Amino acid sequence: MKPLPLSGQATAVAGMSNQTGRMVLRVRTVADGRGDIGTHDIALVRNMDDAASARASGFQAACLVGGGADLGNIFPQHIKLPGQFAYLGDGDIIGLQPHSRKLRVLYRRGSSHNAFLVTERCNHYCLMCSQPPRDIDDGWILDEIADALPLIDPTTRTIGFTGGEPLLEWRRFVALLDATRMLLPDTSVHVLTNGRGFASAEVVSAWAAVGHPQLCAGIPLYSSVSDIHDYVVQARDAFDETVLGILRMKDKAQRVEIRVVLHKITAPRLVETCTWIARNLPFVDHVALMGLENTGFALANQDALWIDPIDYKQDLATGVSILDSVGLAVSVYNLPLCLLDREIWRFAVQSISDWKNAYLPICDGCAVRSSCAGFFSTGRMRESVGLQAVADHYSMVSGST
Amino acid sequence: MVRFLPEAHFASSGAGDLQLLPLRFERLDDHRYLVANLVGDILLMSAAELDRITSLAVVPGDGLYERAVSKQLIARKNQTSQLQLLGLRLRSRMAFLRNATPLHIFVVTLRCEHSCPYCQVSRRSTDRDRYDMSEETAMRGVDVALAAPMQSIKIEFQGGEPLLNFELVKKIVVEAEQRSAAIGKVVSFVITTNLALLTDGVLEFCREHAVLISTSLDGPADLHNKNRPRPGGNSHTLATTGIRRVQEILGDDRVGALMTTTEASLDRVEEIVDEYISLNLDGIFLRPLSPYGFAIKTKQFGKYDASRWLTFYERGLRYILDINRQGRYFPEFYASLLLKRMLTDRPIGYVDLRSPAGIGLGALVYNYDGKVFASDEGRMLAEMGDRAFELGDLASDDYRSLILSEKLVGLVSASLTQCAPQCSSCAYEPHCGADPVYHHATQLDPVGIKPLSEFCARHKGIFRLLFELLEGSPEDAAILRRWAAA
Ligand code: SF4
Ligand code: SF4
Repeated sequence: MKPLPLSGQATAVAGMSNQTGRMVLRVRTVADGRGDIGTHDIALVRNMDDAASARASGFQAACLVGGGADLGNIFPQHIKLPGQFAYLGDGDIIGLQPHSRKLRVLYRRGSSHNAFLVTERCNHYCLMCSQPPRDIDDGWILDEIADALPLIDPTTRTIGFTGGEPLLEWRRFVALLDATRMLLPDTSVHVLTNGRGFASAEVVSAWAAVGHPQLCAGIPLYSSVSDIHDYVVQARDAFDETVLGILRMKDKAQRVEIRVVLHKITAPRLVETCTWIARNLPFVDHVALMGLENTGFALANQDALWIDPIDYKQDLATGVSILDSVGLAVSVYNLPLCLLDREIWRFAVQSISDWKNAYLPICDGCAVRSSCAGFFSTGRMRESVGLQAVADHYSMVSGST
Repeated sequence: MVRFLPEAHFASSGAGDLQLLPLRFERLDDHRYLVANLVGDILLMSAAELDRITSLAVVPGDGLYERAVSKQLIARKNQTSQLQLLGLRLRSRMAFLRNATPLHIFVVTLRCEHSCPYCQVSRRSTDRDRYDMSEETAMRGVDVALAAPMQSIKIEFQGGEPLLNFELVKKIVVEAEQRSAAIGKVVSFVITTNLALLTDGVLEFCREHAVLISTSLDGPADLHNKNRPRPGGNSHTLATTGIRRVQEILGDDRVGALMTTTEASLDRVEEIVDEYISLNLDGIFLRPLSPYGFAIKTKQFGKYDASRWLTFYERGLRYILDINRQGRYFPEFYASLLLKRMLTDRPIGYVDLRSPAGIGLGALVYNYDGKVFASDEGRMLAEMGDRAFELGDLASDDYRSLILSEKLVGLVSASLTQCAPQCSSCAYEPHCGADPVYHHATQLDPVGIKPLSEFCARHKGIFRLLFELLEGSPEDAAILRRWAAA
């Protein structure tokens, strides 16, 4: 089980540079014979024949994946990528630092799980963070995303912004959302934020002023007990600010999703947490109850965090039904069907991003594999004792979101 | 290696760091208390636990601290989110106050061909001129109804038997429709009738004007006919045939029935429910007798007390839950109303159970003779000579003068559960309501001494029963939650 590599290093970069020391490129297949080649477009070629026809159709630069051909004569401007990037396809976008040859795949047109990391900085330090924060000056990332946005296929159904905490630089981030609304008005936009910034009326007004019809803030809330939430996110007063933020957002009719990650600290309190949400925040737009991704800090804190999902199976079913009974939209993310009570299968979503989603050998003979969330291929997987291929399709309904 | 801070670093440091939020409690027995937060979320606790909460002798990790924080009984001192949430929820629960006087009841005649001993309005069998509402009075009633600030109002026709004056019903409907359309308001209609005089013409009119039908059905034939005597002793046949005809011609959802519990009903609740089921009605409202009208004169009221009624109610509710468990959705409407209050913060301004009371603010009653009452029960009292709830007369008053009358303002403000003795400290207060008419009728005081009040005893009993079902019986709780969500 290995995730798809989304970052790496080019084996060669020739003739490509600019003042900023970074560039955003969109790879295009050649066959289409297109007339819409822009300055950021780079031909995706497999061999010299491809390169020749790319040149003929007007490309100024090319990208060769996993081959040794010498492009230099046809394309003085080119990059070569190792074979692990063979999955790149038409319309995909990469960010490249020419001098270091480092690259990151920013957007894959064929994927429904495109998420842009906005910053690595964060004012939380969650015990199970899968993207451990770093206190670095990474403001350039926002520039890179701004460059990438115009290159995204406007028919893309959904994109995400994540961090770190996107609202730390909220003015610049809201400007990015503004650009997103103009460029991608039909794309739903999901932002993962700890929501504390929304405790400020100014931030919420700016956010609401974006006016994107499908903009949603996904905000984590780990317990109805503030001490426990604050402990999990390692920040005092986080609960208070996050809840005030949610209230301000709903007061301005902004879409809010609450995300509860389940581990040894939160799962045993799940019924209490769901009851509290159902009673106090029934007006949020969605609640996601999420299995733990065993990577990043979650590995470092395994002893404090690991719980076999089979041990909270009943509480999860109860929690879902409590939320559902007040009309809240609920989903269960990141958990395989065989670990869920069948009563809540209809709430289970294949949520794990395609590039890090995997199944086990046991899944081969399973009747519900095609609708099962499966596993994270990142980090170190811990197998539940409850895994078991399902023999029939009994009451299977596919995910709701 | 990354460093994480221990749980204790984020935990409250104890009493000095905590504040007690508004809470109310109710003793269940020697050891157990129901403890409710400001908006009526209820928690079961031992006496010792309640003591610890009120003295803030709780610490993170002891379990009680977490329960109390989650139920918003206590909060960290520097926290504002819990207070904001409670404030927001209270505002939502009280939002029914934005909609003044949604219901307008027209007593189009006092005549009736039934002679029910528990009837709450004195019936007169003849003398059309004297006991029918005049067209002129009716039109003034329409004026007042349409002057209510609400965008959509409901007009209910009552009697006596309103079908005895159906010509006037038709005139009011047509007039209200035309005039409401002109000012952009919406009016819906319901006729409360015993169905004995139902004709094709009535049904045709109801279909054309989307008029709902509400009727009385007390149970199986012998019980119903005993409760509701009429010449021929065929009230039950007329009612059930009528219900079926309305269902057939107007649709299943266009007719509802109300039952009244007499002493004879007390050990027959299953049969009563079965009768409703067999008629394909969409639920039942298990109602106690009220202390008004003929129910007093004929000594029907007072034949059973709150505890006998509660036994009847609980037996009925459990039977209804059984039916639901077998897969048929069939709510008990009163439970479902109270559950909406207990399990959600939706504004439920049910006219007979709210505070500020629904008299006038929830409904106005236009009597056949033009007198205006603050509630239907209020006009029944007037029939017995007690005019405490008479607000004015259509001949001289308008909406403002009725609603702002000193009498109404006085009665409503005197009876607020939020500050009435007993109620203000009652755990169920957020879900209960003021009933100044009942307490005036039984104790000659709009507030009433609640420990002596059967209204209070009944409600405490139902709240407790519902709480116990929600906590103790997951299967029933799931059904009750579905009723609340409907
Ligand atoms: S065995 Fe089936 S249900 Fe379990 S993880 Fe594999 S595919 Fe999913
Ligand atoms: S009437 Fe009784 S049950 Fe209702 S609020 Fe008052 S004291 Fe409580």
